[in-house]
Amino acid sequence: MFPILIKKIGAGLLTTLGVSIVIFVGTNLLPGDAAQIRLGQASTEDSLRALREELGLNLPLYQQYFRWLFNFVQGDFGTSLASGNVTIAQLISDRYENTLIVSSLTAMIGVPISVGLGIIAAMFPGTLYDRILTLGSVTLVAAPEFFTATLMVLFVVFFLGIGNAVVVGSIEDKNLVELITHFILPITTLCLVIAAQLIRMTRAAVLNVMSSPYIEMAILKGIPRRRVVMRHALLNAIGPIVNVVAINLAYVVTGVIVIEVYFGYSGLATLIVQGVQTRDYILIQTLGMIFCATYVILMMIADLSSILSNPRLRHPK
Amino acid sequence: MSKLKKNEDEHYVAPFSAEVSFDELQDAPPSGKFRLSFTGKIGVVVMVFWMFVALFGQFLAPFEENDLPFPDDYSEFQKPRPGAWLGTDVDDRDILSRVMYGAGRTIGISLAGVIIAYVIGVTLGIGSSIAGTRIDLALTQFFNIMLAIPTIMFGLVVVAALGSSIPVLIITAGTIFSPVVFRLSRALGMDIMVMDFVEAAKVRGEGYRWIIFKEIWPNAAMPLISDFGLRFIYVILFVSSLSFLGLGVQPPMADWGSMVRENLGALQYGESVIPILAPAIAIASLTVGINLIVDDVSAHAGGKLSGRL
Amino acid sequence: MDKKVVFEASNLCINAVRDDGSELPIVKEVNFQVREGEVVALIGESGSGKTTIALSALGYCKPGLKISEGSTLLFDQDLSAMNIEELRQIRGEKVAYLAQSAIATFNPALKINEQVTESAVIHGSKTQPEADSFAKGLYGALDLPDPDNIGTRYPHQVSGGQLQRLMAAMALCGEPSLLVLDEPTTALDVTTQIEVLKAFKKVIRERGAAAIYVTHDLAVVAQIADRIVVLYNGDIQEKGSANAVISKPRHPYTRRLMQAVRPLPAAGKKDKENKQPGNVIEINGVSAGYGGDVTSNPKEVILKDINLQLARGEVLGIIGESGSGKSTLARVIAGLLPSFKGDILLDDQKLQPRLEDRPRSELRKIQFVYQMADTAINPKQTIGNILGRPLEFYLNMYGSKRKDRVLELLEMVELPKEFYTRYPHELSGGQKQRINLARALAAEPEVLLCDEVTSALDSIVGANVIELLRGLRKNLGVSFVFISHDLSTVSAFADTIAVMYKGIIAETGTVHQVLSPPSHPYTDLLISSVPELRVGWLEEADRNIQEAKNKLEQGNLT
Repeated sequence: MFPILIKKIGAGLLTTLGVSIVIFVGTNLLPGDAAQIRLGQASTEDSLRALREELGLNLPLYQQYFRWLFNFVQGDFGTSLASGNVTIAQLISDRYENTLIVSSLTAMIGVPISVGLGIIAAMFPGTLYDRILTLGSVTLVAAPEFFTATLMVLFVVFFLGIGNAVVVGSIEDKNLVELITHFILPITTLCLVIAAQLIRMTRAAVLNVMSSPYIEMAILKGIPRRRVVMRHALLNAIGPIVNVVAINLAYVVTGVIVIEVYFGYSGLATLIVQGVQTRDYILIQTLGMIFCATYVILMMIADLSSILSNPRLRHPK
Repeated sequence: MSKLKKNEDEHYVAPFSAEVSFDELQDAPPSGKFRLSFTGKIGVVVMVFWMFVALFGQFLAPFEENDLPFPDDYSEFQKPRPGAWLGTDVDDRDILSRVMYGAGRTIGISLAGVIIAYVIGVTLGIGSSIAGTRIDLALTQFFNIMLAIPTIMFGLVVVAALGSSIPVLIITAGTIFSPVVFRLSRALGMDIMVMDFVEAAKVRGEGYRWIIFKEIWPNAAMPLISDFGLRFIYVILFVSSLSFLGLGVQPPMADWGSMVRENLGALQYGESVIPILAPAIAIASLTVGINLIVDDVSAHAGGKLSGRL
Repeated sequence: MDKKVVFEASNLCINAVRDDGSELPIVKEVNFQVREGEVVALIGESGSGKTTIALSALGYCKPGLKISEGSTLLFDQDLSAMNIEELRQIRGEKVAYLAQSAIATFNPALKINEQVTESAVIHGSKTQPEADSFAKGLYGALDLPDPDNIGTRYPHQVSGGQLQRLMAAMALCGEPSLLVLDEPTTALDVTTQIEVLKAFKKVIRERGAAAIYVTHDLAVVAQIADRIVVLYNGDIQEKGSANAVISKPRHPYTRRLMQAVRPLPAAGKKDKENKQPGNVIEINGVSAGYGGDVTSNPKEVILKDINLQLARGEVLGIIGESGSGKSTLARVIAGLLPSFKGDILLDDQKLQPRLEDRPRSELRKIQFVYQMADTAINPKQTIGNILGRPLEFYLNMYGSKRKDRVLELLEMVELPKEFYTRYPHELSGGQKQRINLARALAAEPEVLLCDEVTSALDSIVGANVIELLRGLRKNLGVSFVFISHDLSTVSAFADTIAVMYKGIIAETGTVHQVLSPPSHPYTDLLISSVPELRVGWLEEADRNIQEAKNKLEQGNLT
């Protein structure tokens, strides 16, 4: 089994490396280089050349890439082009907490509920509960994030009168109630967005296992329904479910971009939109790598979980 | 009862006639023709409605997209009233007209994008499934890397580099969604490639053209069509999200995603949600409608395919 | 006579409920009883409803089916009146089920012992330690290796034949009064089948359990059943003691079933009239394998130094069990798998090892007929196009000429002309196999490579296909390489036989030479393992089988 795991992890690393090349080359296609942007209107031929030399921009592209990658791995992300002399690390450390809190709370609240609902739907296929849930998730899965967000604002802010349509301010020195009103909108919206997909996919994964011959055999052996589901079905469905969860958490990475902008919430996602608008490509490179690496890692977990859950691989002959 | 018991030890022979031939029993007939469910029919109605608006909306709209229905009234976010049935937006323009103008743009860009994604993805995917291992490996690796970049991220960087225009949006959407299509059509191609009928064609000595177009394609078409619908939804969501982030269709052109962005302020002041809700509902109803159809089609295609192949 | 009735189906009707709510009868007014210590066989081909009836003894209907009338009584208790909980109490405890494929019915994530003992422990008839030691006893009784430890393994860690026997242990662990066995030996090789059959028979006899044995194989039934129920299309055709039904079948359908089971010809019937001088195919010292560089040095060598000749107009039967390399040989001849050593001559001309390097005229002469017609013909093409393509491709026939020829081909394989515009899914399994055959014939080949062409078919349908092949051979003078795991099918059709064993030709010669008396111990083992259609064969055969096995194990391969 270990060779397969190592192979998968290696493939993940290679993919990340490939992504880094795409991001580096892609951002280098942006008009203007760092020296031009930094010096702006005041640039002269000489000053440009001097700065380019200092930044290593006169080197061939592949050398620049390795330099960048080397620095990146060591945690040296460079200096922002748009925000004066602030380092990227500084910009990120101001914001990353906010994004981390929203995504991890979404994962902690949304995932167990959705997976639970999906499993229950699969246990009673064709019932009213199942149909409502399926129709609900078919609807939500196709709706854009800002539609869900708008509905949430209508419901939470205008109807329940909790919180504000715009999430502002820091979370320090806030009490529990204030914290809840602070996070309720982005988190409930994100939860709804991933729940739709998660319920559908969990249901399909469990139903797939429930229709296998060994489940029929367990029923014909007179095993109580609870045990059939908990011992026979779930044990085999864990792999697919973890896979589904990882795929959907990876989706949070992109979903969070729209949600942060919608609620004016200052996290990493709004930072990257800012970077694009100000053409701060060093910022884009760094954040792009962070987002992509997270995504790759989650996908890798998805992959590994389906390998680990296969008894043939866990217990070789 | 007693009669039955007695029979049990006797040698029982059912009555028969010489004509009955006891032919091989036919397999159960394939489950009936494709029928839309109730929700699927709703989906069709919604989709046809929006396609109509996309094609003719700009001719039927009460105002041009940047006209002001009430030039003398400078207050923004007006409540719906005669003349402006959905009210006005942040710049006093008629929301109804802008939704109708935006339909063509949002749907048109997405449709063009998904078609490009399909042309690239299906050609390379099916090609890769029958090409040698090396080409297949290289293409798969390349598209795997593309897949590892979240779509919105990818879009943000491309638009930042090339600036935002409708052709750029279409090509970007097409490029971003081609890896998924590639992966699907390659998997489909691989599944069909190992079927005996493809091998039979190879043993006959058929060339690639025949194998691709006559053996693989007819069997891959149905699942690809149902995926096309699904992919179309994702492209609509992608294009709208990009516009929502300010990097898609640029003002003053109307587009559903950018309309939400422009009017986000309305939410803040709690004046009216219609400027946001109208375009958001437009997108949601279209994508949900398509999804309802896709659900029906894929259930049908899935059942049939597994039954036959 | 006064034995207790364990199970009784009276006037049982089961319907399939379609999507649109309409119902289709699957089982029609079936009556039969199973009494204590008795094995009742339900015999029929696919679509006869035999599995559906058997499952009703557990109070179970597959999804989409429902009992519409009649009753099923287990010890005078009506199963259809029971609720889920009451059914759960009797399932596994009073009546246990053995499925066709043990590989699919064992949960891959749980250890074998847990699955074997689970039912008994849950029903409370045994404590876990009691059940464990009981299970170990069963493993021993079923001739499983290492009875003390085999339960600690996972299902994928034991062989298919062993798993099939472990499934029997699973069913027997709760000491049920009634066993339902659904084709439990069908998926196994002949030599394994005999062992499993023997083990089943032994435990059923020893424990005095009653059993319902579902199968399509009359010869197997003759070994194990006390009484036989013959089913066709959900109806009982004939019912009586095993001896009576097998020795004096009265219903025409039963007789047809019996005819389809061909006796082993000590000296096969010969169709010598077609033999012409010379060889169509000569295989000289061919070796081939998979993995790595197949054209020079494959990782896994499957075929080792094969020498064979196919005389013009003859049928060369190739027989062997799964893994013997017989299908690989067909693929090598067809060029799908290039050999790395030796060569193949077609009409005394050397064939290129790779398919891609062979000219179209050579490809035309060798046609491959696949086992599974379901996957071998493209579901999206009409029959007209499926049969028309080789005509265009090899013979440049187009338009009306092509159509006329396709209709001729349909007639040749005894199918109606209307099939020209039909799609494969509108045809039955046997009809699809005929199309599969007609497509190969369309090329006007010299050699047909038939790979297990009848093994996916019901016995009567398969027998009809063999009849058809016989006729074609007489009329067309085609030569055949006929590959099968079924010795009786091969010996009924072939002129010469090659027995393959672990990638080599163990024995070759005319049917007569190979079969009587078999000189190679493996051939001997194969022949003695084919069940004969008479009661009591299993006991007699046992000694021969053991002898052959011992010889084979001693490495006496010459």
